[in-house]
Amino acid sequence: MKPILFDRIDEPGLNTLDVYQRRGGYEMLRKALSMSPEDVLAQIMDSGIRGRGGAGFQMGRKISFLPHGDMVKYLVCNADESEPGTFKDRELMQKCPHALLEGIGIAAYAGGIEKSFIYIRGEYQLQADILEAAIAEAANAGFVGERILGSDFSMSLVLHRGAGAYICGEETGLLDSLEGKRGNPRLKPPFPAIEGLYAGPTLINNVETLSTVPYILRMGGGDYAKLGTETSTGTKLVSISGDVKRPGNYEIELGIPSREIIYGLAGGPPSGKKIKFWFPGGSSSPVLTGDDLDVPYDFDSMAKAGSMLGSGAIIIADESRRILDTMLKVAKFYAHESCGKCVPCREGTNWTHKMVQRIYTGEATPMDLDIMASVQEQIIGNCLCVLGDAMAMPIGSMVAKFRPELEAEIEAARERADGAALEDVVALGVADEHAGPIPVH
Amino acid sequence: VSYRDHHPADLNDALSQRHSDGREARGSLSDLVPRFGHGSRVPGWDDAVDLTKDPAVIPDLATTPVPDDLRREIEASMAKYPDRRSAAIPALHAAQAVHGWCSPEAIEQVAAVMRLTPAYLTSVASFYDMFELEPKHTNDVFVCTNITCSILGADEFYDAMAAAAEGQDIDVRSFECLGACDIAPMASVNGEYVGPLELADAQRIVEDLVAGQPVLKDKQLRYRRSVDPNVESEAPSPQTQSET
Repeated sequence: MKPILFDRIDEPGLNTLDVYQRRGGYEMLRKALSMSPEDVLAQIMDSGIRGRGGAGFQMGRKISFLPHGDMVKYLVCNADESEPGTFKDRELMQKCPHALLEGIGIAAYAGGIEKSFIYIRGEYQLQADILEAAIAEAANAGFVGERILGSDFSMSLVLHRGAGAYICGEETGLLDSLEGKRGNPRLKPPFPAIEGLYAGPTLINNVETLSTVPYILRMGGGDYAKLGTETSTGTKLVSISGDVKRPGNYEIELGIPSREIIYGLAGGPPSGKKIKFWFPGGSSSPVLTGDDLDVPYDFDSMAKAGSMLGSGAIIIADESRRILDTMLKVAKFYAHESCGKCVPCREGTNWTHKMVQRIYTGEATPMDLDIMASVQEQIIGNCLCVLGDAMAMPIGSMVAKFRPELEAEIEAARERADGAALEDVVALGVADEHAGPIPVH
Repeated sequence: VSYRDHHPADLNDALSQRHSDGREARGSLSDLVPRFGHGSRVPGWDDAVDLTKDPAVIPDLATTPVPDDLRREIEASMAKYPDRRSAAIPALHAAQAVHGWCSPEAIEQVAAVMRLTPAYLTSVASFYDMFELEPKHTNDVFVCTNITCSILGADEFYDAMAAAAEGQDIDVRSFECLGACDIAPMASVNGEYVGPLELADAQRIVEDLVAGQPVLKDKQLRYRRSVDPNVESEAPSPQTQSET
């Protein structure tokens, strides 16, 4: 497949305006400005492109939800890429920042938006510096600012650096953070398209989605829609990491078998071992096992297989890995990143973390697995945002799919703990006459 | 006794001390936190709820000394947004760069320039992982210990890194996913992404930091090329072609 977003991505100097323009950059912005906003929106609609950030909502429909009329509207590019396993936007912003800026310009024109922001995570310092330089270049050349390219359309663009909070990747948490507050999610509805940044209508899209927009205009929405499957159109960047020979970002056509990505592109586990479990869409997606490798990689097939495409981040673990270790990392991550606003999430993530720790220390019983599963049920759907759900889904799937292994872990840890307790007692010299296992309960 | 009453230099001493049992004490100020006999912390022990003080009002810019560069930077940030409050995070970044951490003085200076209360800014600063509300060392090493990195050995690297940085002007923190799982296990050294790391790299990172040179230059993410086989590996632009 000929890459679209990754077309000659390693070309030296592609992050400069010069090289980007030499290969036809910003021509699509010029073309868009010569069309009516409705026609540009129609092209995006026709392309059927779904959001690449995780939720997979159709971009064209999102723009169409913005109220019409003379009011201040905002566009926010979500570059707070923090979903564990995801690193596609990083490469796009670092190597081809102008495609993002052009996409923002076109989307802003289609939505009648004058003020745009890019919210980039604070840890991406190199990428933020590159974007800042790119914005300055684009503003100098007249692609950003007042009355762009002689049209009546004006747009401003501000790069905003975050400061390290996963929750700011959630769109309403991001808006609060951009307004200078703690990044707490808001109650929805009203959705950001109606009441978002500074209470104005706001369009929020992921870096990859916006970067694709110039290419949609170039190919034509209808032709772009021919790529991929009927409901998951186009190409997608997939970040693959973990136990594979060639970890990295790959551009694939949606709908190809997962096996082709994991083995064909990334080379499979370097040890030659079998795959034990894998996350198909970042740490928030329910895990799949080595039996699910033939599931087509698109939004609907993944949903049918009981997981989700999410941000397109595949994490592979081969059969030498313990499910318990990954479970602990998942639980710890969400417990740390929960903003604390909604009780089910704040308490649920923390207690799940503690319950997983208990397995390690040998204090857990198999009943804990049932409690853990019930905690997940209590979280899902009961919070303002889906951070809690994002822990509940993978943890729930691990308990469901690896229950025998987890029960064996619990048993083994209890035996270790009993042995250690006995040694302590013997070492103190008080329990010689009690030689034999000490009853725990 | 609040740790606010201590001079930052004392705090730095306290930070590099160890507990009597050899447990790492750096990064925790537990020794300075006043406690009742039964072990509970005395109310108002931390600066967010210092009950011995009156609520802080917006500091007066006329009586609060603010470095000129910092003031200009914060004001430029505020001018970028429709609402000046949006500049809270950029302003705290700037103040932290000047002061080394979000010290009470740093917060007060930002508050004075932005016309916000110190309490508000403290609430913002305490929410985000990259703002430090306690004194810290100059260099930061964030070791990612999230899913992919830990599968590939990040926890062992973190231990090696913490041991190597012992006694140096370096803070080592285990961090959640930094978005570079392709170079796992990885770390962000003063913002520079490096990986994949081996245990021996911990010592090299310390040496590079002490020598003040670019860290692990052969492992920096910025030079990594795409692995996608469909990306044409060599596509020199016409200009570079004419040069060669």
